[in-house]
Amino acid sequence: MDTISHQPEKHVISKGIDQFFTGVYDISKFVLQFFKEAFIPPYEFPEVIKQCYQVGYKSLSLITLTAFITGMVFTDHSRPALADFGATSWLPSLTGIAIVKALAPLITSLICAGKIGSHIGAELGSMKVTDQIDAMEVSAVNPFKFLVVTRVWATTLMVPLLTIYSAFVGLMGSFIDIHAKDQTGLTLFIHDAFFKIGYAELASTLIRSVLFGFTIGIVGCYKGFTTTQGTEGVGKAANLSVVIIMFLIFIEEMTIVKLFNPLYMQ
Amino acid sequence: MKHSQSHKTQREVVISIKGLYKSFEDNEVLKGIDFQLHKGENVVVLGRSGSGKSVLIKIIVGLMRPDRGEIEVLGLNVHEAAKKELRELRLKMGFLFQQSALYDSMTVKENLEFPLRRNKGHVSQPEIDEAVREVLDAVGLTDTADQLPSELSGGQQKRIAIARTLIMKPEIVLYDEPTAGLDPLTSYEINDLINEVQKRYKTSSVIITHDLVCAKKTGDRVMMLIDGKFVRQGDFEEVFDTDDERVKGFYDYNFIQ
Repeated sequence: MDTISHQPEKHVISKGIDQFFTGVYDISKFVLQFFKEAFIPPYEFPEVIKQCYQVGYKSLSLITLTAFITGMVFTDHSRPALADFGATSWLPSLTGIAIVKALAPLITSLICAGKIGSHIGAELGSMKVTDQIDAMEVSAVNPFKFLVVTRVWATTLMVPLLTIYSAFVGLMGSFIDIHAKDQTGLTLFIHDAFFKIGYAELASTLIRSVLFGFTIGIVGCYKGFTTTQGTEGVGKAANLSVVIIMFLIFIEEMTIVKLFNPLYMQ
Repeated sequence: MKHSQSHKTQREVVISIKGLYKSFEDNEVLKGIDFQLHKGENVVVLGRSGSGKSVLIKIIVGLMRPDRGEIEVLGLNVHEAAKKELRELRLKMGFLFQQSALYDSMTVKENLEFPLRRNKGHVSQPEIDEAVREVLDAVGLTDTADQLPSELSGGQQKRIAIARTLIMKPEIVLYDEPTAGLDPLTSYEINDLINEVQKRYKTSSVIITHDLVCAKKTGDRVMMLIDGKFVRQGDFEEVFDTDDERVKGFYDYNFIQ
């Protein structure tokens, strides 16, 4: 990839609007380049595995803790409202729907946005400002393939796996709370929790988490890869990566839910 | 001081630049420069900070695009070459960055192996180990293989960066401020190493610097870049034997008279 050349500043509409559309154009080009490079050999399998380890294994403890607490606290908060209608037996179904359909993919991807997105933005940004990316380029190594493609694959593969894991841990948090108060058994809890969840809903959760994982990887890499202005730029890249990823995750969440919900209703 | 070879015009030209222009916004840094590097020659490009010296070698290696001009390296037009041709050309070129640019998440050995593994897939592990040992020996740092770049001094990092360029056995080496930020003694050692590399690996080099000691010690030919143009060239003494105040001023401020 050529080093970005500086052109004279001439605004078509205004500086802000021009920058927005230029940004959209640049990131679209970046995404297209990913799809162009991702399926052409040579493949960097060892680096993908290394990045999967970074993304997956190193996020496990944080996701375990957050998912467990979320499951437990959500159940606790929901209990009084259901108790008013004498419907506490619906708690497993309610928490099942909430955790599997909404909380697990969102919590997992937001944690990964903070932990992984910022890490990728800062790491690649620091490599950019210290000429390490140019050093790869002049060594006849494709830095996009080695740095970007591997990281985006890793986040796209690992976030869905982490989402499944986080749903399981969240449900266990919920089960412990319900079991402590209602003496519900695990088999009954699992049965009730998945009673209202169909394959389309599970698919929706997985599709969203794949998309969230891709978003985390591609935005982190884009912000890192296009870092300028030295160490200050590295900080900005890490910060902006998280902000943009979170914003996009909520937009994607809303869009997919609006697209999939009519399917469940049929 | 090395002997001047500037008049040996019959030697093969490995880098040829004609009418090179490059601007950044309204700032025109290179204004139609011509440049040639001959096989086996060390050419030093001298100039003030911001004079476009680093831009020149980044254009040579294809990291930046010129606004205008023809750049041929080993007979290939760099900016019209296909990706594959450019990749093959880069295998014949080494580039030493001002900040060394070692991969900080990798050990010294992994840094050295990195270009070799990715560009020469058929090379066996014993051959890689031997190549690493050879280049570490060439730069005099055989005991640093398992260290991280952050554990090395600035001078050691420069040496490892030179070793990383040498492992691919380049025909041309481009040095961007090889002595910047180093103490005089370490700079002296790096200058020696540049000459040693030229002798041992038969490389042709472009050395970008504003350090006159480095220029005097490593340059077969010195070219002075001022206001986007080469204003003087020749051996070190020839370049500074002038009444041009801009050139004399550069010399005076380096305190080596």
